[in-house]
Amino acid sequence: MINDSLKQLSAALAAKKISSRELTQSFLDRIAQLNPTFNAFITVDAEKSLAQADAADRRIAQGTAGPLTGIPIAQKDIFCAKTWRTTCGSKMLANFIAPYDAQVIEHFNAAGAVNLGKTNMDEFAMGSSNETSFFGAVKNPWDARAVPGGSSGGSAAAVAARLCAAATGTDTGGSIRQPAALTGITGIKPTYGVVSRYGMIAFASSLDQGGPMAKSAEDCALLLNTMAGFDVRDSTSLDRPVEDYTRDLAQPLAGLKIGLPKEYFAAGLAPDVAQAVQAAIAEYQKLGAQTVEISLPNTQLSIPVYYVLAPAEASSNLSRYDGVRYGYRAPEYHDLSDMYKKTRAQGFGAEVKRRILIGTYVLSAGYYDAYYLKAQKLRRLIAQDFTAAFKQCDVIMGPTSPTTAFNLGEKSDDPVSMYLSDIYTIAVNLAGLPGMSIPVGFGANGRPVGLQIVGNYFAEAKMLNVAHQYQLATDWHARMPTLP
Amino acid sequence: MSLTEADVKRMAHLARIEIAQQEVASMLAQLSNIMGLVEQMQAVDTEGVAPMAHAQDLSLRLREDRVTETDQHEAFQAIAPEVEAGLYLVPKVIE
Repeated sequence: MINDSLKQLSAALAAKKISSRELTQSFLDRIAQLNPTFNAFITVDAEKSLAQADAADRRIAQGTAGPLTGIPIAQKDIFCAKTWRTTCGSKMLANFIAPYDAQVIEHFNAAGAVNLGKTNMDEFAMGSSNETSFFGAVKNPWDARAVPGGSSGGSAAAVAARLCAAATGTDTGGSIRQPAALTGITGIKPTYGVVSRYGMIAFASSLDQGGPMAKSAEDCALLLNTMAGFDVRDSTSLDRPVEDYTRDLAQPLAGLKIGLPKEYFAAGLAPDVAQAVQAAIAEYQKLGAQTVEISLPNTQLSIPVYYVLAPAEASSNLSRYDGVRYGYRAPEYHDLSDMYKKTRAQGFGAEVKRRILIGTYVLSAGYYDAYYLKAQKLRRLIAQDFTAAFKQCDVIMGPTSPTTAFNLGEKSDDPVSMYLSDIYTIAVNLAGLPGMSIPVGFGANGRPVGLQIVGNYFAEAKMLNVAHQYQLATDWHARMPTLP
Repeated sequence: MSLTEADVKRMAHLARIEIAQQEVASMLAQLSNIMGLVEQMQAVDTEGVAPMAHAQDLSLRLREDRVTETDQHEAFQAIAPEVEAGLYLVPKVIE
């Protein structure tokens, strides 16, 4: 059952082969057994989850169930969920009880899904290894010495270890795709503006986007149907017709044009990752796709541009944590300014402080043009690279991450080397395009390899189709780690 | 353009984050590394390129000028560090 697709689980619930309470309880038992090893969840509240399961069972009995009714879904601890502790992986919000629901949570509640708990993450989503969490690092279910990636590392580990039926994540520079790749699961970051940011704790508002993380593309399509939607409360939410993201899953891939950016297969890509990715592309050729070499010439610039823009936006967004209205307040201080400074010094971890200080610097008087404005201009050049590339192909493919999962502690003392591991994912956020990662094999160390699929704006249904057809022909997505 | 300890202290003050004297040197080293990475941007000519603030060319939506929010101050203040009579308490700022 833990390997069942959402469709299978939904059918089992509808046929009364299992109740949502039994399904939820079985995942809760699994969490109780395995979470001490992997630390994927920050908050589990069996009583609340089971109450939702009971409500779902009533709905199923009444015949008003939808495709996600009664399905236990883990929520990244960045989504505010009313009455649930919502920490964003930070001491600053360690005791924050959200007074309202994020739109994503509202949608899952309306669908009758069960909130199975809040998953661990890098503090304020700033990190690529889940080691910056105030609540401790998450371990990769494939190898407990390895990181699960970040920032949605808890959600990724929870799906990989089958501690939930599916999970949510958010992606600012790769935070859904990179952990999906490193833990052998499927995740999609939609086009910027498709999923509401309302109640999703802000990191870099022009880049942040929520999306599903699950065992397969088909599951992701079902989840995205529930997550997507216009929201007046998010000023950058897109008012578009509702889409069924499952509509194209069954389309054959004959004639599909896959663009392979030469910059994504250059120096820096580990040979074992390159080999698995090439094998996946060969599989796509067998399915009838054609490949064409393309160029994204400004790829290298995406990291410096991101490390100006994201910290600049973060320094503004995180100024709200002042110890006055909610969150942590330092116990001792001698005046208001001292209260702010001590609260923020004690409430934020090292990586968050570094990014706030960088953001403050690039926005400060005299430096704005040289850094912030320069980065915004380069952002346009990076986005134009993709516009040109999509004249030659339907989707772009390449590695999600240059290596398989690295070891815990390997990069945590060297922020710049950590930043460089996001080389293939960041440009997609800067352009606002949809991107996904699917498992395509294992590296030399037995750790999973992810294939990144990038689509044009609003091409999610096409990308999910491309991923699903591969998953019908292969079984990498169905593999699961041997667990204690 | 290299950062100095004075820059680090100035940024920490602007960002209202206390930083101990013994942390300044290591913070300077870390931030200098990051800014070293950022400097790669200067090698590219961006003359005439329009800055891109957002992925989508959107204009801000307007809404009708009517009250839509309900009074939720009790729910919001229930999670505040210090509240009295519906007011947030902070250290005295005016003598």
